[in-house]
Amino acid sequence: MADVDVDVVVVGAGPAGACAAIELARAGRSVVVLERGPFPGSKNMYGGVVYPRILDELIPRWWEEAPIQRWVTRRSTMVLTPTQALTVDFRSQAWGAPPYNGATAYRPDFDHWLAGHAEAAGAQLLCSTTVVGLLRDPGGRVVGVRTDRPDGDLRAGLVIACDGVNSFVAKEAGLYGPVDAANYTLGVKETLALPKEVIDERFGVRGREGVDIEILGGTGGVNGGGFVYTNLDTLAVGAVLKLPKLAAQGTRPEEIIAGLKAHPAIAPLVEGAELKEYSAHLIPEAGLAMMPKLAGDGLLVAGDAAAMCLAAGIWLEGVNFAMASGMYAGRAAIEALSRNDVSTEGLAGYERRLSETFVLRDHRKLRRAPHLVLSDRVQHLYPELITSVVERMFRVDNPNPKPGLRRIVESERRRLGIRRRDLARDGLDGLRSFG
Amino acid sequence: MTPIERDPTWPEVSFQDRMDTVRFDVHERAHIVVDGSKCEGCSTQHCVVACPANLFVPTSDGGIVFNYEQCFECGTCYLVCNVEGAITWTYPDGGHGVVFRRT
Repeated sequence: MADVDVDVVVVGAGPAGACAAIELARAGRSVVVLERGPFPGSKNMYGGVVYPRILDELIPRWWEEAPIQRWVTRRSTMVLTPTQALTVDFRSQAWGAPPYNGATAYRPDFDHWLAGHAEAAGAQLLCSTTVVGLLRDPGGRVVGVRTDRPDGDLRAGLVIACDGVNSFVAKEAGLYGPVDAANYTLGVKETLALPKEVIDERFGVRGREGVDIEILGGTGGVNGGGFVYTNLDTLAVGAVLKLPKLAAQGTRPEEIIAGLKAHPAIAPLVEGAELKEYSAHLIPEAGLAMMPKLAGDGLLVAGDAAAMCLAAGIWLEGVNFAMASGMYAGRAAIEALSRNDVSTEGLAGYERRLSETFVLRDHRKLRRAPHLVLSDRVQHLYPELITSVVERMFRVDNPNPKPGLRRIVESERRRLGIRRRDLARDGLDGLRSFG
Repeated sequence: MTPIERDPTWPEVSFQDRMDTVRFDVHERAHIVVDGSKCEGCSTQHCVVACPANLFVPTSDGGIVFNYEQCFECGTCYLVCNVEGAITWTYPDGGHGVVFRRT
């Protein structure tokens, strides 16, 4: 690799970029990680839960040092109508002890910590540096990046784009098809302060135990979902909103959060909490359907930049996909550089690794899920179907005898105007995805 | 569908107070430029409802006034925009713009 400044430039110091850099630096490759924020994580926001299992491969016993808020030991899935709530609540004490499962964490803390491991491995982290374009050779191969620093061109043997959901790098390289707003959701959230003891009491947890509540319904007329997560002395409360629906109706994002917070099932959890930070970020929601080409000549794409976010209703994951895809991108890059072939074909080891592991396997298995979960029936009819069936099951209507479940479902289905055929098809789609 | 109702016992903060909880290191260069004249023919103006920072303000003559300073850099506006060329969107210069802390 003649006339390069560095073996690899990684664009973005989020979880994908940090993990790519860790692998490359540990293999002895020179790596520069460019971060447009003043520190890693400063531009990043998410719902609030990270599943760091994949870090076992990079940072053994990561749980002893990762800056997490609480370990998720309770997972609740909640279905809301304006006056009803049905919650499936699961608790496991195992998730509150090593090797743990999920954790709440602030991204400015977590991403900063993870990027520190890349630096410790020998990667050079350059913050406050925005990439404004790609450098290409006459044949079109990516040979570096242009930054907004004076004399800011950086020539590299390979570029790894980990520049997040908007990925102007992947778009400039032509790896994306036409961009469609329908593939994106807007995440908005409030970080709300409450004393730790109050959170512990309201959510039924102790010490570092934490709660993850995912909510279907409660987002007004906008398709999406809500969430409540516990940090040590704050709550993360927010909504994920399908962009075209949000734009086409009249309720603003912060009003939708206000509506969620006022719901009788949510209000007692958040009452009296003080707003500490309001935030927003896009989510690449459509999964496999929106994924770009993952490699070009001299370029790999990982994390949100490659739309590797799993938004499948009961599973809402992203940081783990970013960490893993970054790690595999790093490994594929090491392989390609050592063979001196960074062409698209030379980088095929990346997609092969993703296909062998959860990164693409989960996306393929759940390829129908994002569309199903955000569909109008699941969003606007099924919550009421479910809650009204349960209400009738539990209502004691003496002197009438108890009705059978099948009869209740059938009469509620008819009342809500849900066609049997649609219900069956959605059920089958659900089984295919989640079964 | 859930109607949006406010609990009267618990006042929402004003939008300005809400935005004041967010740290911005504002750069002198506007990283997003909106050509408000192009917005005059836009019947939907989806940006007005969707922008989480409420930065798009309709004017009486049907145009849009935009202020870049308290921008989350999320990308919602250019995705929902229906008018070719109305929004010129870039990231702020390095080190500037929104700085999240507990997100």
